[in-house]
Amino acid sequence: MKDGNGSLASPSPKTSKRLVIKEHILEIVSDSGEGAQKAGQSFGAVSAKMGNGVWTVEIIPADIQPPPRTKESASGIRIRFGSGKITNAGDEADILVAFNEIVPYNRIEQNVYREGTIVLIENKWATDKSDEIQKSYATAIQDFKDRKFVVYEIPMEEECLKLTPNPKKGKNMWVLGMLCHIYDRDMEKAAAQVGYIFRSKSKAVVDSNLQLLQAGYDWAREHLDLSYELPSVEAKEELVVMNGNEALSFGIQAAGIELCSMYPITPATSTSHHLAECIQSSGGIIHQAEDEIAAVGFAIGASYAGKTSVTITSGPGLALKTEFLGLAVMAEVPLVVIDVQRGGPSTGLPTKVEQSDLLAVLYGQPGDAPKVVLAPSTIEECFHFVILARRIAESFRMPVILLSDANLATGVQPFPRPQLREEWLSPPVDQSPRAEGAMPYGWDEKTGLSQRPVPGQAGGEYTLTGLAHSEQGKVTYLPEVNQKTSALRSRKLATFGRTLKPPRIHGDEEGGLLVVGWGSTLGAIEEAVDIAREQGGSVSSIHLRFLSPLEPGLLDIFKRFKKVMTVEINYSDSLDDPMITPENRRYAQLAWILRAQTLVDVDCFSNVYGQPLGPGKILARINEELGKLN
Amino acid sequence: MFGIKKDFICDLPKKYYTLSNYEKGVARWCPGCGDHAVLSSVQRLCREEQLPPEKTVFVSGIGCSSRFPHYMNTYGFHGLHGRAFPVACGVKFRRPDLNVFVITGDGDCCSIGAGAWIHAIRYNMNITTIMFDNQIYGMTKKQTSPTSRLGTISNTHPTGSVLPPVNPLQTSLGMSNVSFVAQTADWVPGHLFATIKAGYEHPGFAFIKVIMRCSKFMGPLVEEMTTNRDAVSILTHENGIQADDGTLRAFKNHLNHDPSDIYAARGLAEDQESSYLGLFYQNKDAIRYDQYGAHNLGFTPEEKMAAVNAQLDKFAV
Ligand SMILES: Cc1ncc(C[n+]2csc(CCOP(=O)(O)OP(=O)(O)O)c2C)c(N)n1
Ligand code: SF4
Ligand SMILES: [Mg+2]
Repeated sequence: MKDGNGSLASPSPKTSKRLVIKEHILEIVSDSGEGAQKAGQSFGAVSAKMGNGVWTVEIIPADIQPPPRTKESASGIRIRFGSGKITNAGDEADILVAFNEIVPYNRIEQNVYREGTIVLIENKWATDKSDEIQKSYATAIQDFKDRKFVVYEIPMEEECLKLTPNPKKGKNMWVLGMLCHIYDRDMEKAAAQVGYIFRSKSKAVVDSNLQLLQAGYDWAREHLDLSYELPSVEAKEELVVMNGNEALSFGIQAAGIELCSMYPITPATSTSHHLAECIQSSGGIIHQAEDEIAAVGFAIGASYAGKTSVTITSGPGLALKTEFLGLAVMAEVPLVVIDVQRGGPSTGLPTKVEQSDLLAVLYGQPGDAPKVVLAPSTIEECFHFVILARRIAESFRMPVILLSDANLATGVQPFPRPQLREEWLSPPVDQSPRAEGAMPYGWDEKTGLSQRPVPGQAGGEYTLTGLAHSEQGKVTYLPEVNQKTSALRSRKLATFGRTLKPPRIHGDEEGGLLVVGWGSTLGAIEEAVDIAREQGGSVSSIHLRFLSPLEPGLLDIFKRFKKVMTVEINYSDSLDDPMITPENRRYAQLAWILRAQTLVDVDCFSNVYGQPLGPGKILARINEELGKLN
Repeated sequence: MFGIKKDFICDLPKKYYTLSNYEKGVARWCPGCGDHAVLSSVQRLCREEQLPPEKTVFVSGIGCSSRFPHYMNTYGFHGLHGRAFPVACGVKFRRPDLNVFVITGDGDCCSIGAGAWIHAIRYNMNITTIMFDNQIYGMTKKQTSPTSRLGTISNTHPTGSVLPPVNPLQTSLGMSNVSFVAQTADWVPGHLFATIKAGYEHPGFAFIKVIMRCSKFMGPLVEEMTTNRDAVSILTHENGIQADDGTLRAFKNHLNHDPSDIYAARGLAEDQESSYLGLFYQNKDAIRYDQYGAHNLGFTPEEKMAAVNAQLDKFAV
């Protein structure tokens, strides 16, 4: 039954010694609605509970109800798990569990498998009543073998039928059981997890799924010679496991933000789904507005009235919010804006990752509109950065934009459970009378900071306006006033920048190549850098969290390396492309900014395949660059 | 369940506010512009109701009319063209203690802000909206407005506008959850005041359309509207707006209309021949979104953290 000859599993119990591995990448792919994601999430949770590092990411079809047994229908999950910490989704998968022979092609197109990838595939299609399906199955199995995948044909449905009349519903739990045996998962923890996911269902449903889980486990023990051991250390501190959007939702609540005003858009919406479930219990509320313009306007209204709010969106929605963002900058209204970036421009790639909104948030508003922009690079940072963002927004009286992306949104990772603090919460709305003579924009000339009046404060009455205005909040078109107030708004960024530290250098403090990243690519970049360094490469990396203002000391760091190159998931021209010259080349977005700000000839490696950048691709590029440097 | 939470209640020294407490600066509208009259009426309302200036917020969009908040010595928000409604709703949502007014123009409300407008009607928050309908874009110098009559000569339609106008009353009355729709005119001060007051007292979203004079750009129309009194009927009813005697004497046509009858109200709104001043429709029991927004205010830090911790438990491994 081994090595891709495609025969059925032999019936003798497999007691061979487990192969010790450091990490594995597993994918489960099914038709949409067959529960592959549930099985994978449970597998990830059990692994995290056992002390493994885990990163999971969902494979989501772009359409709601794609026809079954098509590439478009591929729905599932990738789980990378290992003995140590896992910081990204990795490169090619080691094992694929497929519920039919068509859906894997969706992933094959994306080059996520390699020679030797083990394929565990439902074999019921081999005997399907339709000749066409039988033929399709046979062709695919042959193709898999030609691609040098190692194919195991598994009687998933046949086995499930022994326990349930409706195997389509329970197959995923059977598969989970099978995987639990392959990777020697703790079955008590697995059973607890199954109980948890079906917590709102009847006992009969829970029991049936537990039976399927056990059956899958037993079947694998009897019939499969695949068995691995993954050493793990049970975590000392308490962990939570969630995706980046859930982490944002928790951050919003831990920051004491009482209003999230939004309009549904992928991949930001799942944050609102989680918030909708729990924000009312923590004293907040969600407003689903009629569109993104109204959503941000509503949030600004609430913020103006003292309840600093958040609005959450993705590219097309961000575009609609543009005019209001300019108003928030001009009138100095604190506001937290979360942009979970997806592929663009326009509707682009709704479910896929890109880091393409950086320049839009920085320069999207007509006129000069300085604001703070920060980008979490881990799921844990998605949580903490919202808290940070609210504080900056209020202290500096400006919108703060948080750039997450589809990779963080759907990636699931354990991290230390946040120990909530009261000072993270927004303070009560100040309703004390304003000091005599306090002006609505009593700017401090040195820092640009001022104390805003909030409705309810006697003596603070003023009319907020997006027109140019004086310290008294009066509309004025005096040339000096506009020049000065523009400078003061800009100065706030410089003031804030003073509180930042230079970025930490991953690797040596000086050397050949310096890789600069931002956002969700942190794990993949550092993993690639580590491997290159182990191989003797002179490469280091830095990862920016603050993009406006930029973290200080960059020029100083850049000067210590022979070459600086950003790694980003957005579009840039390649010098090998037709018509492209060093002069007309369009760079990746962070590279543009770094070049302008430091005058260093910063290069970039970026692309828009809609996929997370894996460490393998980054490593290849690092090695290529190192080759040129030597 | 609903109502004002303790954190908004503070002991105010008893103070009597006079008109001058609400006045700020000199309004920069053209002489003869109808906006002045509305400003006076609103200031009078504030004094009669003794609205604390610090608890009162005027939110506007952009246009001549939207300059209004600058002339009120209260809190104000002169925001973006067409976007007064979402801002005002955001102000009110978590601050039930504030008195919120929206000042908007016909272009601001019925054109660029139309989406937000009809949703604001449906949200039915406790907000008083005054729509200054001068049937033209004043601020940007005489372009066709969505409420301009067919054939209106403007800088964008020098030979006359080519589409029939939007009928804001009809639109409002067609929206679900509508709760208060009234019409008045800037040059009928008694009626103007009574209407604004009724709107303020209405527990929900009051939409008041004020027929306005733009003396600068709409001279002939102003002339026609202010002189042809026969084209106007005053709506009377015990549950309607109680017009003063002066108004009732000046306008001979009266019509008894029950403001709880939405079908009759829609019929009046669609009447092309005459303009009705008064309360078209009122429903004090429509669902109020501001009550939903304010239903869970005032959590202590301990309560907030306990709730987040309880949620985190579900994600703990
Ligand atoms: C987004 C945007 N588009 C256009 C304008 C220009 N603009 C300012 S006021 C106005 C029309 C105002 O008309 P109306 O709402 O009827 O108010 P009025 O001046 O008649 O009181 C326009 C088009 C703007 N300020 N913002
Ligand atoms: S242009 Fe018309 S609307 Fe504007 S202030 Fe003058 S009269 Fe009033
Ligand atoms: Mg107008």
